[in-house]
Amino acid sequence: MTRRLLTGNSAAAWGARLAQVDYVPAFPITPQTEIIEDLSLWIDRGEMDARMVTLESEHSMITAAGSAASSGVRVFTATSSQGLLYGMEMVYTVAGWRAPFVMINVSRGLSSPITLESDHNDIMAARDSGFLQIHCATCQEITDSVLMSYRLAEHKEIRLPAIVNQDGFYLSFTREPVSLPDADRAAAFVGEFDPENLQFKSGAPLSQAMAVLGGGPYSYFRYQAHLAVERALSVYDEIADEFADTFGRRYDMIDSYMMDDAEYVLVMMGSFATKARDAVDSLRQAGWKVGLARIRLFRPLPQQKIRQLLSGRRAVAVIDQNISMGMGGILHSEIAMALYGINDAPGLLASYIGGLGGRDIRQQEFFEMISELKQASDTGDRLQPRLLYTKNELTEIRNLQAIAQAEHVEIKQAERKKK
Amino acid sequence: MIKESVVQIHRMKDMPSSHLLGTGTPMCAGCGGLEALHNMYDILGEKTVFVNAAGCLTLLSVYPFTPFRGGWLYTAMASAPAGAQGVRDALDIRLQKKKLSEEDNMEVVVVTGDGSAYGMGLSATSGAMDRNLDFIYLCYDNEGYGNTGQQYSAATPHAAVTSTSRGSHGYPGFKKDLFSIWAAHDPVYVATIIGAEPLDLAKKIEKLKTMRGPRMLISLAPCPTGWDYDPKLSVEIGRLAVQTGVWPLKEYINGEVIHTKIPKKDKSGKRIPVEEYLKLQGRFKHLFHPQRDDKGIAEIQASIDAYWDKVTA
Repeated sequence: MTRRLLTGNSAAAWGARLAQVDYVPAFPITPQTEIIEDLSLWIDRGEMDARMVTLESEHSMITAAGSAASSGVRVFTATSSQGLLYGMEMVYTVAGWRAPFVMINVSRGLSSPITLESDHNDIMAARDSGFLQIHCATCQEITDSVLMSYRLAEHKEIRLPAIVNQDGFYLSFTREPVSLPDADRAAAFVGEFDPENLQFKSGAPLSQAMAVLGGGPYSYFRYQAHLAVERALSVYDEIADEFADTFGRRYDMIDSYMMDDAEYVLVMMGSFATKARDAVDSLRQAGWKVGLARIRLFRPLPQQKIRQLLSGRRAVAVIDQNISMGMGGILHSEIAMALYGINDAPGLLASYIGGLGGRDIRQQEFFEMISELKQASDTGDRLQPRLLYTKNELTEIRNLQAIAQAEHVEIKQAERKKK
Repeated sequence: MIKESVVQIHRMKDMPSSHLLGTGTPMCAGCGGLEALHNMYDILGEKTVFVNAAGCLTLLSVYPFTPFRGGWLYTAMASAPAGAQGVRDALDIRLQKKKLSEEDNMEVVVVTGDGSAYGMGLSATSGAMDRNLDFIYLCYDNEGYGNTGQQYSAATPHAAVTSTSRGSHGYPGFKKDLFSIWAAHDPVYVATIIGAEPLDLAKKIEKLKTMRGPRMLISLAPCPTGWDYDPKLSVEIGRLAVQTGVWPLKEYINGEVIHTKIPKKDKSGKRIPVEEYLKLQGRFKHLFHPQRDDKGIAEIQASIDAYWDKVTA
């Protein structure tokens, strides 16, 4: 084991290296590019026995990832944001192929307006695809999750691709200390990829990804994929146990913090949970019974665990770094779905949307959420979903709008003078 | 890589007498795409993985049936060459890591229609050639989006009536020169073929089998349903496409374009006029009915003559 300071991107690349991947179809996109730069350097230097090929788009990249995995080699790839969406047809398609491989998504807000900074709308777009999804909050977790994801993806009863998600900038470009597992132990943990029938060779005729006629066969294969994703729930715990035994780090499906006696709970995903942890510490010091539940395994959604964890709480605030236009926070709706109908559901399930396009969620805002939860619980009021935005931010955008307007007026005046 | 003892093909008699592609596919009677594929498959042999993009031939493999004796992978409309990249690379990696024996190796063959090849899949194809991918690409070109009912595509010839060019003059645009676009990438091999000229086709497949790198084929695919003619005329229309000079059979090797079958001229120095080809097809009916469009026919003839003038010059 060696301990190094690594960015989230390097941690992801190390995950692929330690998993001894055979093949890396790639395409650059900010903030993911550093991953493929690291991998290409290692391959060029002969430190990694893999082949990397840069495709001409993410659509092609994900196609090649799926077709290579379906031809019996271990595949790693990475993308972000617009790239994930550009390849989205193939995200759904290769999941249907039951092609096991691991893809990193470095979350970044979607166009428009175009931005480079982080939020989760990109990864949420892959929510229903059949990819397993693990969301990371630290650089250490990224390396470890890549290793665990190969076990999940290649498991004989699962056989599906997996996405390991990390937040752009907040993790991708942030150095944190990472304990890198020894190469031998990592390789032993991941094991060799046994493609079984997933390969093309002569004398073994095989058709993959064929068309079907009619809803009967179509539904059958779709249900099969769904059940395979769900199968990952029980397999996950086995793998997490083995990982903890081997490397001493435990990753539950839901990362719970100060949950034992918590009356008020923050539920969220990704690296902003580390900010929420700080807020929980401060609030605890002030005597508030606050806890944090970070959803790590998002697909399959651990509904049973969510119920266990949140039942009996006084109030829960779900913080979404995504926005489903016309509906609101996606995680909020999923948590509500999981809790519906149980006897001791939390009295209040509030929705907050924040952290879009890299916007910070400040400590003060976490405090505000908890105090709103308490107040509403005391009065029995229903809380409307909140879109986090401060007065200062509004002033800033008004200033920008004033500049845009002034430019507009100047151009108009100049045009009039010409005439 | 793959070496099989193939009889050198000089005459029709040398052609394989057994056929590999299974029968009973859901393709239309008289499908020119299937004809080309079937001829090609006989020469390529069963150690092939076909990687397909959305098009008519996607329906060759409908669960649980397939006419192929080797592999098949359906991808999507835009990315069959990228699918081939993944399969080829995986096979090479498995060979290199001794997980696949040389004799179990396979040839990777992309099969797409013109809708994919001329349009949506062109970027992926360009990328595959750019990377010098070792694969074969067969485009069966029926000059329109056939599987959706023959809307015009970038491969549709001037004046053809399609379901999205139903006016009295047909399609106003001109067929894209995909052969030249492909050749501009300087892959190891580019050729045009047609099922109705099986000997020319077989010789080309035999030749490209000995090569490595991107080997690109465009087959004109006469299409009874899309072009509106009796299926029994498919071979005749295919031959006329060659004889009238509409579909030049040629190959690009080492920077040079060689015509493999130059249309014969009669004693007065004329090729069979293009109208012999056009008048058999309902899509060009407006050139002859209700009255003959001499100007329209002459324009098409002139474009063909101009092409061949450059060839013989």
